[in-house]
Amino acid sequence: MEIPRHWRLKKQRYALVGEVCPHCDYKIFPPRDVCPNCGDEAKTLYTFSGRGEVFSYTTIYEAPTGFDSMAPYTVALIKLEEGPMVTAQLTDLGDQPVEIGMPVEMVTRKMRNDGDERGVIVYGYKFRRRV
Amino acid sequence: MTNNTLLKPSRPVGIVGYGAYVPRYRIPAKEIARVWAGGKASGLPVKEKAVPGLDEDVITMSIEAARNAMARAQIAPSQLRAIWVGSESHPYAVKPTSTVVGEAIGAVPHIQAGDWEFACKAGTEAMVAAMGFVGSGMAEYAMAIGMDTAQGKPGDALEYTAAAGGAAFVIGPAENSLAVINASYSYVTDTPDFWRREYQRYPEHGVRFTGEPAYFNHITSSAKTLMQELGLTAKDYTWAVFHQPNTKFPQRAAQMLGFTPEQIAPGLLVPLIGNTYSGASIIGLTAILDIARPGDRILLASFGSGAGSDAFDIVVTEKILERAGLATRTQEYIARRTEIDYATYARFRDKITMK
Repeated sequence: MEIPRHWRLKKQRYALVGEVCPHCDYKIFPPRDVCPNCGDEAKTLYTFSGRGEVFSYTTIYEAPTGFDSMAPYTVALIKLEEGPMVTAQLTDLGDQPVEIGMPVEMVTRKMRNDGDERGVIVYGYKFRRRV
Repeated sequence: MTNNTLLKPSRPVGIVGYGAYVPRYRIPAKEIARVWAGGKASGLPVKEKAVPGLDEDVITMSIEAARNAMARAQIAPSQLRAIWVGSESHPYAVKPTSTVVGEAIGAVPHIQAGDWEFACKAGTEAMVAAMGFVGSGMAEYAMAIGMDTAQGKPGDALEYTAAAGGAAFVIGPAENSLAVINASYSYVTDTPDFWRREYQRYPEHGVRFTGEPAYFNHITSSAKTLMQELGLTAKDYTWAVFHQPNTKFPQRAAQMLGFTPEQIAPGLLVPLIGNTYSGASIIGLTAILDIARPGDRILLASFGSGAGSDAFDIVVTEKILERAGLATRTQEYIARRTEIDYATYARFRDKITMK
Protein backbone atom coordinates (compact mmCIF):
# COMPACT_ATOMS: atom_id res chain seq x y z
CA MET A 1 0.00 0.00 0.00
CA GLU A 2 1.50 3.32 -1.10
CA ILE A 3 -1.43 5.64 -0.46
CA PRO A 4 0.62 8.70 0.67
CA ARG A 5 2.75 8.52 -2.48
CA HIS A 6 -0.21 8.27 -4.84
CA TRP A 7 -1.88 11.18 -3.06
CA ARG A 8 1.27 13.34 -3.20
CA LEU A 9 1.81 12.72 -6.92
CA LYS A 10 -1.81 13.09 -8.08
CA LYS A 11 -1.52 16.55 -9.69
CA GLN A 12 1.46 15.67 -11.85
CA ARG A 13 0.00 12.26 -12.69
CA TYR A 14 -3.58 13.33 -13.52
CA ALA A 15 -2.86 16.49 -15.47
CA LEU A 16 0.89 16.86 -16.15
CA VAL A 17 1.24 19.67 -13.63
CA GLY A 18 4.93 20.56 -13.45
CA GLU A 19 6.75 23.81 -12.79
CA VAL A 20 8.07 26.81 -14.67
CA CYS A 21 11.23 28.62 -13.61
CA PRO A 22 10.38 32.27 -12.78
CA HIS A 23 13.99 33.25 -13.63
CA CYS A 24 14.63 31.63 -17.02
CA ASP A 25 11.15 30.37 -18.07
CA TYR A 26 12.44 26.78 -18.28
CA LYS A 27 9.56 24.26 -18.08
CA ILE A 28 10.14 21.48 -15.55
CA PHE A 29 8.62 17.99 -15.39
CA PRO A 30 8.44 16.21 -13.05
CA PRO A 31 8.38 19.11 -10.58
CA ARG A 32 11.58 19.35 -8.51
CA ASP A 33 11.50 22.92 -7.12
CA VAL A 34 14.99 23.71 -8.42
CA CYS A 35 15.51 24.72 -12.05
CA PRO A 36 17.77 22.21 -13.83
CA ASN A 37 18.63 24.94 -16.35
CA CYS A 38 19.71 27.88 -14.16
CA GLY A 39 19.86 26.33 -10.69
CA ASP A 40 17.52 28.87 -9.08
CA GLU A 41 14.43 28.08 -7.06
CA ALA A 42 11.44 27.19 -9.27
CA LYS A 43 8.16 26.44 -7.50
CA THR A 44 5.62 28.08 -9.83
CA LEU A 45 3.12 25.45 -10.96
CA TYR A 46 2.72 25.00 -14.70
CA THR A 47 0.20 22.76 -16.47
CA PHE A 48 1.67 21.26 -19.62
CA SER A 49 -0.36 21.20 -22.84
CA GLY A 50 -0.05 17.41 -23.02
CA ARG A 51 1.11 17.58 -26.63
CA GLY A 52 4.38 16.03 -27.75
CA GLU A 53 5.92 13.44 -30.01
CA VAL A 54 7.37 9.95 -29.67
CA PHE A 55 11.16 10.12 -29.28
CA SER A 56 11.60 6.36 -28.89
CA TYR A 57 9.57 3.38 -27.74
CA THR A 58 9.58 -0.30 -26.81
CA THR A 59 6.95 -2.95 -26.19
CA ILE A 60 6.77 -4.71 -22.82
CA TYR A 61 5.70 -8.35 -22.88
CA GLU A 62 6.96 -9.38 -19.42
CA ALA A 63 5.41 -6.68 -17.27
CA PRO A 64 6.40 -5.85 -13.71
CA THR A 65 4.03 -6.78 -10.89
CA GLY A 66 0.87 -4.69 -10.98
CA PHE A 67 1.05 -4.06 -14.73
CA ASP A 68 0.75 -7.67 -15.90
CA SER A 69 -2.97 -7.44 -16.64
CA MET A 70 -2.25 -4.74 -19.27
CA ALA A 71 0.62 -6.57 -21.06
CA PRO A 72 1.65 -6.38 -23.79
CA TYR A 73 1.87 -2.60 -23.80
CA THR A 74 4.13 0.03 -25.36
CA VAL A 75 6.23 2.45 -23.33
CA ALA A 76 7.68 5.55 -24.96
CA LEU A 77 9.92 8.49 -24.36
CA ILE A 78 7.74 11.49 -25.15
CA LYS A 79 9.31 14.83 -26.03
CA LEU A 80 6.78 17.37 -24.77
CA GLU A 81 6.14 20.52 -26.81
CA GLU A 82 7.41 22.61 -23.90
CA GLY A 83 10.73 20.76 -23.79
CA PRO A 84 10.90 18.05 -21.11
CA MET A 85 11.08 14.35 -21.93
CA VAL A 86 8.75 12.00 -20.04
CA THR A 87 8.45 8.24 -19.94
CA ALA A 88 4.90 7.00 -20.31
CA GLN A 89 2.75 4.22 -21.68
CA LEU A 90 1.14 4.65 -25.08
CA THR A 91 -2.52 3.70 -25.23
CA ASP A 92 -5.38 3.32 -27.74
CA LEU A 93 -2.91 2.16 -30.39
CA GLY A 94 -5.47 -0.07 -32.07
CA ASP A 95 -3.92 -1.85 -35.02
CA GLN A 96 -1.79 1.04 -36.26
CA PRO A 97 2.01 0.91 -35.82
CA VAL A 98 3.91 3.34 -33.55
CA GLU A 99 6.40 5.59 -35.29
CA ILE A 100 9.20 7.76 -33.99
CA GLY A 101 8.11 11.38 -34.38
CA MET A 102 4.41 10.43 -34.12
CA PRO A 103 2.41 13.33 -32.62
CA VAL A 104 0.75 12.30 -29.36
CA GLU A 105 -1.49 13.83 -26.69
CA MET A 106 -1.85 13.14 -22.99
CA VAL A 107 -4.85 11.26 -21.59
CA THR A 108 -5.55 10.28 -17.99
CA ARG A 109 -5.97 6.54 -17.65
CA LYS A 110 -5.94 3.69 -15.16
CA MET A 111 -2.35 2.68 -14.40
CA ARG A 112 -2.90 -0.20 -11.98
CA ASN A 113 -4.47 -1.22 -8.69
CA ASP A 114 -2.53 -0.42 -5.53
CA GLY A 115 -2.08 -4.01 -4.41
CA ASP A 116 -5.00 -6.16 -5.52
CA GLU A 117 -8.55 -5.39 -6.65
CA ARG A 118 -9.36 -4.17 -3.12
CA GLY A 119 -6.77 -1.36 -3.27
CA VAL A 120 -7.17 2.16 -4.62
CA ILE A 121 -7.09 2.55 -8.38
CA VAL A 122 -4.03 4.52 -9.49
CA TYR A 123 -4.72 6.95 -12.35
CA GLY A 124 -2.08 8.76 -14.36
CA TYR A 125 -0.91 10.11 -17.70
CA LYS A 126 -0.53 8.02 -20.81
CA PHE A 127 -0.21 9.23 -24.40
CA ARG A 128 -2.11 8.35 -27.53
CA ARG A 129 -1.92 9.26 -31.18
CA ARG A 130 -3.57 12.67 -31.53
CA VAL A 131 -7.28 12.41 -32.35
CA MET B 1 -51.80 21.14 -15.32
CA THR B 2 -50.72 24.11 -13.27
CA ASN B 3 -48.16 26.68 -14.19
CA ASN B 4 -45.81 24.97 -11.75
CA THR B 5 -45.42 21.93 -14.00
CA LEU B 6 -42.21 23.00 -15.70
CA LEU B 7 -38.85 23.48 -14.05
CA LYS B 8 -37.78 27.00 -15.03
CA PRO B 9 -35.00 28.75 -13.14
CA SER B 10 -35.63 32.34 -12.10
CA ARG B 11 -32.30 33.28 -13.69
CA PRO B 12 -32.02 32.02 -17.31
CA VAL B 13 -29.44 29.24 -17.78
CA GLY B 14 -27.92 27.25 -20.60
CA ILE B 15 -25.13 25.04 -21.88
CA VAL B 16 -21.85 26.98 -21.86
CA GLY B 17 -19.68 24.08 -22.97
CA TYR B 18 -20.14 20.44 -23.90
CA GLY B 19 -17.86 17.48 -24.50
CA ALA B 20 -18.27 13.87 -25.54
CA TYR B 21 -16.21 10.74 -25.23
CA VAL B 22 -16.42 7.37 -26.97
CA PRO B 23 -13.70 4.73 -26.53
CA ARG B 24 -12.13 3.46 -29.74
CA TYR B 25 -12.90 -0.27 -29.66
CA ARG B 26 -16.00 -1.72 -31.38
CA ILE B 27 -17.54 -5.17 -31.26
CA PRO B 28 -20.08 -5.84 -34.03
CA ALA B 29 -23.43 -7.29 -32.92
CA LYS B 30 -22.96 -10.10 -35.43
CA GLU B 31 -19.76 -11.12 -33.60
CA ILE B 32 -21.76 -11.48 -30.36
CA ALA B 33 -24.42 -13.40 -32.31
CA ARG B 34 -21.69 -15.68 -33.68
CA VAL B 35 -20.80 -16.72 -30.13
CA TRP B 36 -24.26 -16.85 -28.53
CA ALA B 37 -26.93 -17.11 -31.24
CA GLY B 38 -25.54 -19.42 -33.91
CA GLY B 39 -24.56 -16.51 -36.11
CA LYS B 40 -28.05 -15.03 -36.39
CA ALA B 41 -27.63 -12.03 -38.67
CA SER B 42 -31.07 -10.38 -38.71
CA GLY B 43 -33.04 -8.50 -36.09
CA LEU B 44 -29.95 -7.38 -34.17
CA PRO B 45 -30.60 -4.21 -32.13
CA VAL B 46 -27.49 -2.29 -33.26
CA LYS B 47 -24.69 -2.64 -35.82
CA GLU B 48 -21.92 -2.46 -33.23
CA LYS B 49 -21.10 -1.07 -29.80
CA ALA B 50 -18.24 0.86 -28.23
CA VAL B 51 -16.01 -1.02 -25.78
CA PRO B 52 -13.62 0.65 -23.31
CA GLY B 53 -9.93 -0.29 -23.37
CA LEU B 54 -8.21 -2.08 -20.48
CA ASP B 55 -7.15 1.21 -18.90
CA GLU B 56 -10.51 2.98 -19.17
CA ASP B 57 -13.38 3.37 -16.73
CA VAL B 58 -16.05 5.95 -15.91
CA ILE B 59 -13.44 8.15 -14.18
CA THR B 60 -11.02 8.32 -17.11
CA MET B 61 -13.82 8.72 -19.65
CA SER B 62 -15.47 11.47 -17.59
CA ILE B 63 -12.14 13.30 -17.36
CA GLU B 64 -11.81 13.38 -21.15
CA ALA B 65 -15.40 14.53 -21.70
CA ALA B 66 -14.97 17.14 -18.95
CA ARG B 67 -11.77 18.46 -20.61
CA ASN B 68 -13.64 18.77 -23.91
CA ALA B 69 -16.50 20.62 -22.19
CA MET B 70 -14.06 23.01 -20.50
CA ALA B 71 -12.25 23.63 -23.81
CA ARG B 72 -15.56 24.77 -25.31
CA ALA B 73 -16.77 26.66 -22.23
CA GLN B 74 -13.65 28.85 -22.16
CA ILE B 75 -13.90 29.38 -18.40
CA ALA B 76 -11.33 28.79 -15.65
CA PRO B 77 -11.75 25.48 -13.78
CA SER B 78 -11.97 27.45 -10.52
CA GLN B 79 -15.21 29.04 -11.79
CA LEU B 80 -17.00 25.68 -11.55
CA ARG B 81 -18.88 25.28 -8.28
CA ALA B 82 -20.06 21.69 -8.80
CA ILE B 83 -19.03 18.50 -10.58
CA TRP B 84 -21.73 15.87 -10.61
CA VAL B 85 -21.22 12.55 -12.38
CA GLY B 86 -24.18 10.32 -13.19
CA SER B 87 -23.42 6.66 -13.91
CA GLU B 88 -24.37 3.12 -13.05
CA SER B 89 -20.78 1.95 -13.44
CA HIS B 90 -18.80 4.13 -11.02
CA PRO B 91 -15.43 2.39 -10.52
CA TYR B 92 -15.79 2.41 -6.75
CA ALA B 93 -18.74 1.32 -4.61
CA VAL B 94 -17.55 3.91 -2.08
CA LYS B 95 -15.25 6.78 -3.19
CA PRO B 96 -16.53 9.46 -5.51
CA THR B 97 -15.84 9.56 -9.23
CA SER B 98 -16.45 13.32 -9.16
CA THR B 99 -13.50 14.18 -6.88
CA VAL B 100 -11.02 12.51 -9.25
CA VAL B 101 -12.56 14.32 -12.24
CA GLY B 102 -12.45 17.61 -10.30
CA GLU B 103 -8.80 17.11 -9.38
CA ALA B 104 -7.83 16.17 -12.94
CA ILE B 105 -9.37 19.29 -14.49
CA GLY B 106 -8.08 21.55 -11.70
CA ALA B 107 -11.51 22.47 -10.30
CA VAL B 108 -10.93 21.48 -6.66
CA PRO B 109 -11.14 22.33 -3.74
CA HIS B 110 -13.88 25.02 -3.61
CA ILE B 111 -16.54 22.86 -5.18
CA GLN B 112 -19.52 20.57 -4.69
CA ALA B 113 -18.86 17.03 -5.87
CA GLY B 114 -21.02 13.96 -5.91
CA ASP B 115 -21.98 10.87 -7.86
CA TRP B 116 -25.51 10.29 -9.07
CA GLU B 117 -27.34 7.10 -9.90
CA PHE B 118 -30.69 6.70 -11.66
CA ALA B 119 -30.02 3.93 -14.18
CA CYS B 120 -29.71 5.67 -17.57
CA LYS B 121 -30.93 9.13 -16.54
CA ALA B 122 -28.40 9.95 -13.81
CA GLY B 123 -26.65 12.36 -16.18
CA THR B 124 -29.74 14.39 -17.05
CA GLU B 125 -30.78 14.39 -13.38
CA ALA B 126 -27.41 16.05 -12.67
CA MET B 127 -28.14 18.54 -15.48
CA VAL B 128 -31.47 19.50 -13.89
CA ALA B 129 -29.72 19.97 -10.55
CA ALA B 130 -27.05 22.11 -12.24
CA MET B 131 -29.82 24.24 -13.81
CA GLY B 132 -31.20 24.84 -10.34
CA PHE B 133 -27.79 25.51 -8.84
CA VAL B 134 -26.94 28.13 -11.46
CA GLY B 135 -30.53 29.37 -11.87
CA SER B 136 -30.81 30.19 -8.17
CA GLY B 137 -27.65 32.28 -8.30
CA MET B 138 -25.81 30.03 -5.84
CA ALA B 139 -23.27 29.14 -8.52
CA GLU B 140 -22.06 30.73 -11.74
CA TYR B 141 -21.10 27.42 -13.39
CA ALA B 142 -21.71 23.73 -12.66
CA MET B 143 -20.65 20.61 -14.53
CA ALA B 144 -22.98 17.65 -15.11
CA ILE B 145 -21.67 14.41 -16.60
CA GLY B 146 -23.42 11.23 -17.73
CA MET B 147 -20.99 8.38 -18.45
CA ASP B 148 -21.12 4.61 -18.40
CA THR B 149 -19.22 1.42 -19.11
CA ALA B 150 -22.42 -0.59 -19.14
CA GLN B 151 -22.56 -4.18 -17.98
CA GLY B 152 -24.11 -6.85 -20.20
CA LYS B 153 -24.36 -10.45 -19.02
CA PRO B 154 -22.70 -12.80 -21.52
CA GLY B 155 -25.39 -14.24 -23.78
CA ASP B 156 -28.10 -11.85 -22.53
CA ALA B 157 -30.08 -9.65 -24.93
CA LEU B 158 -28.46 -6.58 -23.35
CA GLU B 159 -24.97 -7.76 -24.27
CA TYR B 160 -25.55 -6.64 -27.87
CA THR B 161 -26.08 -3.04 -26.77
CA ALA B 162 -24.45 -2.39 -23.33
CA ALA B 163 -21.74 0.06 -24.39
CA ALA B 164 -19.34 2.73 -23.14
CA GLY B 165 -19.37 6.49 -23.61
CA GLY B 166 -21.02 9.68 -22.48
CA ALA B 167 -20.89 13.45 -22.28
CA ALA B 168 -20.16 16.39 -20.01
CA PHE B 169 -21.90 19.77 -19.88
CA VAL B 170 -20.92 23.05 -18.28
CA ILE B 171 -24.17 24.70 -17.23
CA GLY B 172 -24.01 28.46 -16.70
CA PRO B 173 -25.81 31.76 -17.19
CA ALA B 174 -27.82 32.06 -20.42
CA GLU B 175 -25.89 35.15 -21.57
CA ASN B 176 -22.71 33.06 -21.86
CA SER B 177 -24.40 29.95 -23.27
CA LEU B 178 -24.05 28.29 -26.66
CA ALA B 179 -27.56 26.89 -26.10
CA VAL B 180 -30.18 28.21 -23.70
CA ILE B 181 -32.23 25.68 -21.70
CA ASN B 182 -35.69 27.25 -21.49
CA ALA B 183 -37.25 24.63 -19.24
CA SER B 184 -37.20 21.01 -18.20
CA TYR B 185 -39.84 18.58 -17.01
CA SER B 186 -39.43 15.16 -15.38
CA TYR B 187 -41.88 12.26 -15.22
CA VAL B 188 -41.08 9.60 -12.61
CA THR B 189 -42.81 6.48 -11.21
CA ASP B 190 -41.75 3.27 -9.45
CA THR B 191 -41.51 0.84 -12.37
CA PRO B 192 -39.45 -2.37 -12.01
CA ASP B 193 -38.20 -2.73 -15.60
CA PHE B 194 -34.45 -3.07 -15.01
CA TRP B 195 -32.23 -3.26 -11.93
CA ARG B 196 -28.97 -4.51 -10.50
CA ARG B 197 -28.77 -5.64 -6.89
CA GLU B 198 -25.76 -4.84 -4.70
CA TYR B 199 -22.69 -7.07 -5.32
CA GLN B 200 -24.18 -8.36 -8.60
CA ARG B 201 -21.99 -7.96 -11.68
CA TYR B 202 -24.82 -7.86 -14.19
CA PRO B 203 -28.29 -6.28 -14.24
CA GLU B 204 -31.64 -8.05 -14.62
CA HIS B 205 -34.50 -6.81 -16.77
CA GLY B 206 -38.20 -7.39 -17.27
CA VAL B 207 -37.78 -8.41 -20.94
CA ARG B 208 -40.84 -7.05 -22.87
CA PHE B 209 -41.99 -5.14 -19.80
CA THR B 210 -39.15 -2.69 -20.49
CA GLY B 211 -41.08 -1.29 -23.49
CA GLU B 212 -44.59 0.07 -23.02
CA PRO B 213 -44.96 0.71 -19.24
CA ALA B 214 -41.34 1.78 -18.81
CA TYR B 215 -39.58 3.41 -21.78
CA PHE B 216 -42.50 4.56 -23.94
CA ASN B 217 -44.80 5.69 -21.13
CA HIS B 218 -42.16 7.78 -19.37
CA ILE B 219 -40.35 9.26 -22.34
CA THR B 220 -43.51 10.25 -24.24
CA SER B 221 -45.14 11.62 -21.05
CA SER B 222 -42.17 13.86 -20.25
CA ALA B 223 -41.73 15.09 -23.82
CA LYS B 224 -45.48 15.64 -24.41
CA THR B 225 -45.97 17.55 -21.16
CA LEU B 226 -42.94 19.75 -21.80
CA MET B 227 -44.12 20.63 -25.31
CA GLN B 228 -47.74 21.21 -24.21
CA GLU B 229 -46.74 23.50 -21.35
CA LEU B 230 -44.49 25.50 -23.67
CA GLY B 231 -47.18 25.64 -26.36
CA LEU B 232 -44.97 23.83 -28.84
CA THR B 233 -45.31 20.84 -31.15
CA ALA B 234 -42.79 18.54 -32.84
CA LYS B 235 -42.85 20.86 -35.87
CA ASP B 236 -41.35 23.68 -33.81
CA TYR B 237 -38.16 21.69 -33.25
CA THR B 238 -35.19 21.45 -35.57
CA TRP B 239 -33.80 18.37 -33.82
CA ALA B 240 -34.84 15.83 -31.20
CA VAL B 241 -32.88 13.25 -29.28
CA PHE B 242 -34.19 10.46 -27.07
CA HIS B 243 -32.66 7.85 -24.81
CA GLN B 244 -31.55 5.10 -27.17
CA PRO B 245 -31.31 1.60 -25.67
CA ASN B 246 -31.53 0.12 -29.18
CA THR B 247 -32.27 1.49 -32.65
CA LYS B 248 -36.03 0.89 -32.71
CA PHE B 249 -37.15 2.43 -29.38
CA PRO B 250 -36.08 6.04 -30.06
CA GLN B 251 -37.36 5.80 -33.64
CA ARG B 252 -40.78 4.70 -32.38
CA ALA B 253 -40.87 7.26 -29.56
CA ALA B 254 -40.07 9.97 -32.11
CA GLN B 255 -42.87 8.78 -34.37
CA MET B 256 -45.37 8.67 -31.47
CA LEU B 257 -44.49 12.29 -30.64
CA GLY B 258 -44.71 13.47 -34.25
CA PHE B 259 -41.01 13.83 -35.08
CA THR B 260 -39.63 12.88 -38.47
CA PRO B 261 -36.67 10.54 -39.06
CA GLU B 262 -34.68 13.59 -40.28
CA GLN B 263 -35.17 15.39 -36.97
CA ILE B 264 -33.65 12.55 -34.96
CA ALA B 265 -30.98 11.44 -37.46
CA PRO B 266 -27.92 13.38 -36.18
CA GLY B 267 -28.52 12.41 -32.55
CA LEU B 268 -29.28 8.73 -33.19
CA LEU B 269 -25.86 7.25 -32.43
CA VAL B 270 -26.94 3.91 -30.96
CA PRO B 271 -26.52 1.87 -34.18
CA LEU B 272 -22.79 2.70 -34.22
CA ILE B 273 -21.82 2.99 -30.53
CA GLY B 274 -24.53 1.01 -28.70
CA ASN B 275 -26.43 2.06 -25.60
CA THR B 276 -24.15 4.21 -23.46
CA TYR B 277 -26.71 4.21 -20.60
CA SER B 278 -26.25 7.44 -18.60
CA GLY B 279 -24.55 8.87 -21.66
CA ALA B 280 -27.00 7.70 -24.31
CA SER B 281 -29.35 10.64 -24.82
CA ILE B 282 -26.81 13.35 -23.97
CA ILE B 283 -24.06 12.12 -26.26
CA GLY B 284 -26.71 12.32 -28.97
CA LEU B 285 -27.20 15.95 -27.92
CA THR B 286 -23.46 16.61 -28.34
CA ALA B 287 -23.58 15.24 -31.89
CA ILE B 288 -26.50 17.58 -32.63
CA LEU B 289 -24.74 20.60 -31.10
CA ASP B 290 -21.70 19.78 -33.28
CA ILE B 291 -23.79 20.54 -36.39
CA ALA B 292 -26.39 22.95 -34.98
CA ARG B 293 -26.94 26.51 -36.20
CA PRO B 294 -27.98 29.52 -34.13
CA GLY B 295 -31.74 29.47 -33.57
CA ASP B 296 -32.09 25.69 -33.84
CA ARG B 297 -34.53 24.28 -31.27
CA ILE B 298 -33.72 20.89 -29.71
CA LEU B 299 -35.85 18.51 -27.65
CA LEU B 300 -33.83 16.22 -25.37
CA ALA B 301 -35.61 13.42 -23.49
CA SER B 302 -33.68 10.92 -21.40
CA PHE B 303 -34.99 7.74 -19.84
CA GLY B 304 -33.78 5.88 -16.76
CA SER B 305 -35.13 2.53 -15.65
CA GLY B 306 -36.83 2.37 -12.34
CA ALA B 307 -38.22 4.66 -13.96
CA GLY B 308 -38.23 8.25 -15.15
CA SER B 309 -37.59 10.65 -17.99
CA ASP B 310 -36.20 14.21 -18.07
CA ALA B 311 -37.20 16.38 -21.03
CA PHE B 312 -35.45 19.65 -21.96
CA ASP B 313 -36.29 22.48 -24.35
CA ILE B 314 -33.05 23.89 -25.75
CA VAL B 315 -32.42 26.78 -28.19
CA VAL B 316 -28.98 27.20 -29.79
CA THR B 317 -27.35 30.65 -29.71
CA GLU B 318 -24.76 32.47 -31.86
CA LYS B 319 -21.99 31.29 -29.51
CA ILE B 320 -22.18 27.77 -31.01
CA LEU B 321 -20.33 29.06 -34.07
CA GLU B 322 -17.16 29.96 -32.18
CA ARG B 323 -17.22 27.08 -29.66
CA ALA B 324 -18.25 23.86 -31.47
CA GLY B 325 -14.81 23.56 -33.08
CA LEU B 326 -12.82 24.00 -29.86
CA ALA B 327 -12.76 20.29 -28.94
CA THR B 328 -12.99 16.87 -30.61
CA ARG B 329 -16.40 16.40 -32.24
CA THR B 330 -18.54 13.40 -31.36
CA GLN B 331 -18.45 12.00 -34.92
CA GLU B 332 -14.62 12.19 -34.84
CA TYR B 333 -14.63 9.91 -31.80
CA ILE B 334 -17.05 7.55 -33.57
CA ALA B 335 -14.87 7.47 -36.69
CA ARG B 336 -11.83 6.50 -34.56
CA ARG B 337 -12.60 2.81 -34.62
CA THR B 338 -10.78 -0.48 -34.02
CA GLU B 339 -12.85 -3.65 -34.40
CA ILE B 340 -12.31 -6.39 -31.83
CA ASP B 341 -13.49 -10.00 -31.61
CA TYR B 342 -15.45 -11.57 -28.76
CA ALA B 343 -12.33 -12.98 -27.09
CA THR B 344 -10.67 -9.55 -26.91
CA TYR B 345 -13.94 -8.05 -25.73
CA ALA B 346 -14.17 -10.67 -22.98
CA ARG B 347 -10.66 -9.73 -21.84
CA PHE B 348 -11.25 -5.94 -22.03
CA ARG B 349 -14.51 -6.21 -20.06
CA ASP B 350 -13.01 -8.46 -17.40
CA LYS B 351 -15.35 -11.32 -18.23
CA ILE B 352 -12.62 -13.92 -17.83
CA THR B 353 -12.36 -14.75 -14.14
CA MET B 354 -8.87 -15.80 -13.05
CA LYS B 355 -9.61 -16.48 -9.38
